[in-house]
This record gives sequence, C-alpha cells and structure tokens, in this order.
Amino acid sequence: MINAGLKELSQALAAKKISSVELSSLFLDRIERLNPDLNAFVTVNREKSLKSAAEADARLAAGTAGALTGIPIAQKDIFCAEGWTTTCGSKMLANFVAPYDATVIEKLHGQAGMVSLGKTNMDEFAMGSSNETSHFGPVKNPWDRTRVPGGSSGGSAAAVAARLAPIATGTDTGGSIRQPAALCNLTGLKPTYGVVSRYGMIAYASSLDQGGPMAQSAEDCALLLNAMAGFDPRDSTSLERPAEDYARDLDKPLAGLRIGLPREFFAAGCDAGVMDAVQAAIRAYEKLGATVVDISLPNSHLSVPAYYVIAPAEASSNLSRYDGVRYGYRAPEYGNLDDMYMKTRAQGFGAEVKRRILIGAYVLSHGYYDAYYLQAQRIRRLIANDFVEAFKSCDVIVGPTSPSTAFRLGEKSADPVQMYLSDIYTIAVNLAGLPGMSVPCGFADGLPVGLQLIGNYFDEARLLGVAHRYQVATDWHRRLPGGID
Amino acid sequence: MSLTLDQVQRIAHLARIEVSEAEALTTQGHLNGIFQLIEQMQAVDTAGVEPMAHAQDLSQRLRDDAVSEPDRRAAYQAVAPEIEAGLFLVPKVIE
Repeated sequence: MINAGLKELSQALAAKKISSVELSSLFLDRIERLNPDLNAFVTVNREKSLKSAAEADARLAAGTAGALTGIPIAQKDIFCAEGWTTTCGSKMLANFVAPYDATVIEKLHGQAGMVSLGKTNMDEFAMGSSNETSHFGPVKNPWDRTRVPGGSSGGSAAAVAARLAPIATGTDTGGSIRQPAALCNLTGLKPTYGVVSRYGMIAYASSLDQGGPMAQSAEDCALLLNAMAGFDPRDSTSLERPAEDYARDLDKPLAGLRIGLPREFFAAGCDAGVMDAVQAAIRAYEKLGATVVDISLPNSHLSVPAYYVIAPAEASSNLSRYDGVRYGYRAPEYGNLDDMYMKTRAQGFGAEVKRRILIGAYVLSHGYYDAYYLQAQRIRRLIANDFVEAFKSCDVIVGPTSPSTAFRLGEKSADPVQMYLSDIYTIAVNLAGLPGMSVPCGFADGLPVGLQLIGNYFDEARLLGVAHRYQVATDWHRRLPGGID
Repeated sequence: MSLTLDQVQRIAHLARIEVSEAEALTTQGHLNGIFQLIEQMQAVDTAGVEPMAHAQDLSQRLRDDAVSEPDRRAAYQAVAPEIEAGLFLVPKVIE
C-alpha cells in the first residue's frame, strides 16, 4: 500500500478495502519510526490527522466523497493551516499556530477531504537549495543519509521518497519543487505563475513563488493539481481562467512532439553522470515518436544573477512584517522600539535569510535601484523573451533539472554562491513564469537524476502527458531507496 | 564593486537587523561574493528593454469596496507576543 498511487488509493478507499483511518495510521506509524532519522516532518499531530481521517471515512460512507477524499498528504510548512504550528522553517515562527487556512489547505482538506499527515521541514522561508538553512535541522536524503534532499521543499521530497506520505505539496521560487524532486527521485511540478493560489502561503518572492505537487508519478501530480489549482479572489495575482482537467492529456501519444534542447543546458557545467542519464532520456523520447530541435536560450546564464537581485528585493519587503509586534518571535530583552525590531530580527532569522534581506535592502536603496533592481528586471524580460522565441520551434524544452546529484550535507553550506548555482537550470523558468517539471530519468553513482521539462504558459496538461508517457515506458520513478520498507 | 564594513552596517540598519562586528565581517565576505555573481548583469546592454516586474503582464484586479471578511480580531491577536485591551503592545514611542 505504501507505493500505491493516488488512483489506486482512491479505488481502495471507495471499495472499502481500507479505511482512511487505517491508511493514515499506516503512514503515521512510518513517520514515527523513520522520521527521527530523516527529519522530514517538523510537526506531526496524530490526533488531528486521525480526526480528519474519521471525517473522510464518514464522507466515504455517506457517498459524498471526491476522488481524493481520505488520501493522506504531507504539507510543506509554508502553508498556513488553522490550528497547526506553521513555522516556515524559522525560529521567527517556531511557535506560530496559524489562525487561518491557506487556500491550498482549504481546497485539499476542506473541499477534497484529504488527510494532513503533518508539516514538512524546509529551508528557512524557502531560502535554500539543500534544506540546511532550516531552524529545525537538515533533512537527510533517503537515498543516502549523508546527503541533502535538495531544497527548499526538502522535507516534502524526503517524506514521499521514504514513503512517509503518498504525496506532498511544495513551493517553487527558483527550483524548490523541481530540484528536491530530482535529488530524491520524485516527480514534481511547478505550475504557470498564477495557477495555484498564494493566499496563506508564506511569501518569499511574490512575483516568483508558486505552489505545486510533489509525487511518485506525473499522473499523481495531475490529480493533485486538479484539486490545488483554481482562481482565488484572495490572491491578487491569481489568474481568472476556467477550471481544467490536468489529467486530460496523460494518454496522448507523443508522435510529432517537438522537444527543444537548449544549447546552453548541454554545455559545460553539468556533471557527466547527470548528462548521460538526460541524454538517454532524450533517446527514449525519440523512440516514443518525439523529434529533437536545437534551440537557444542565450540569456539563461544571467538567470542566477538576476534572480539574486529580484528575489532578495522582494524578500526584504515581504519579510519586513516580522517585527515582533503582531505575531512570531520577539526578543526577550530590548530597549526602545527600534532596538526591539533590531534584536527580534537578529535573533529570529537565520544567516541565509539575513543575507538575502540585506542584499534586497541594498539593491532597493537610493542610488543602487537602477543599476541593480531595474537592470535585473530588464534582464528578466530578455530571459522571458528567449522562451517566447524558443517555443516558436518546439512544444516542450528538455534538459537537466540540477547540474549534480544530491551533494553531501555541509558540502556547499559555507559558500552561498556555490549553493546558488545548484539552481542554474531551474531559475529562468520562475523568472519567465512558465510551468516546469522534474521527472526521474536514471541514476548516477546510485543517486537519482531528474529530467527537467519546461512548457509554454498554461501547458501543464501537455507537460504532464509528456512525463506520463515516459513513465509508462520506463520504471525509474518506481525505484525506491534501500531500507525504507 | 565591493561593500565596506560601514556599508554592511548601514544596510543592516536599514533592514532593522542588529549585526555584531564579527558578524559584519563574515557578512561582508559573503555579500561581496554574491555581488560578484550579480555583477555579471552589468555587462549586458539593456537599453530600450522594458523592465519586467511580473510573470503575467496584467493589471491588478479590482473588487467592490465592500466588507468581505468576518471579524477575526481575537484569533489574530491570540498569536501576538504582547497585547492589552485589543491593542498590540510595543515599547513606549512618545515620551
């Protein structure tokens, strides 16, 4: 049962082969046994989880259940969930019990009737690529416990990889769904900006942040996205579009599909083992009927520099709300009001969060705004235009998700720039606002490799179909780490 | 470009984050490394390129000026560090 996909779980629940309470208990028991070592969850509340499982069972019995009712899910601790401690991986919010539900939480639990297994560990305020900036300690990669699971959605990735949950939510500002999915052998999707509501999703860089599913397969991603997505008047950047079925193209054949290979993603800078697996996946796609097109994203090398201006600028503004007045941490001792702010923020934020706030404060300050912030926004336009041009000659863009497999705990934590370069292939997608996926495509030295699929705006259904056809033909996504049964 | 220690302290003050002298020194090293990465942008000619603030070039949606949310003041204040009589308490601002 722990390796079952959503469809199978849904059928088992509907046929009364298992109850939601039994299914949830199965995963809660696994969390109890395996989480002390993995540290994938920061908050678990068996009583709350089993109460909503019982409610789901009642809906199943009454015949009012939906397709996902009673299925357990792990929630990234960035989503406010009423009555649940919601920390965002920070000391600043270590004791914050959310007084309201994020729209994603309301949709998945209130409406779809899924059961929350708890809140997953993450890089502090989603700022990191290894989960090592969490106030609650790093998460271990189930494939090799001396290595990172990626980040910032590292807890969600490790939870699904070790089958502590059948599926999880993540958020992706510069690669935070796709990179951990790649490093933990999962399928993850960052939707087009504006498809999933950001209401109640703790803000990092608001013009880039987007929630999405992290799952065992593309099919599961499609089913969860169906329940997560949709217009939300409470999010000012939520897009007013008719509801769609993201699973509609899962069985569409790939014949005639044009796959664009950006020259820049296949140049130097990627580990050979990763590149070998990516090349093999491209050959598999050709066998499935796709054709390969040479494309160029000439400004993609500027995505990391532009991101580290834009994201910190937005973060410095967003995180000004943590001042020790209305919620969250307040320093125990202080003098005047200004001193209270300064000490609260010095003690409540970790080193990486402070660095990004400082960069943001600097690039927005008088005399530097044009040279940094406006220049970064202009480069953002160039990067987005590159994709517009590329999609004239191809349907999807393919390349590696991450330049390396999972690195060792501590390997990059002393040098922020090295850590930032983990996201060289993912960041451009956020800057442009496009949908992107990571799909398991093989192994290098026993560690999972992710294939990145990038689609045009609102092409989630096509992307999911392209991923699903590959998963029907291959079994990389079914491989499991050792010692998790 | 390279930030001086004074600049680091000034930015930290703008961001209302207390930084000790030792922290300022480490921060200076890290920030200068990051700005070296960022500087790659300066070589690019972006004359005539419209800055892109957002992934979707849409105007902000407007709604009717009507009450849409229930009063949840008590729940929202229950998570505050210090309140009194429905007010958030901070150190004395006006003598």
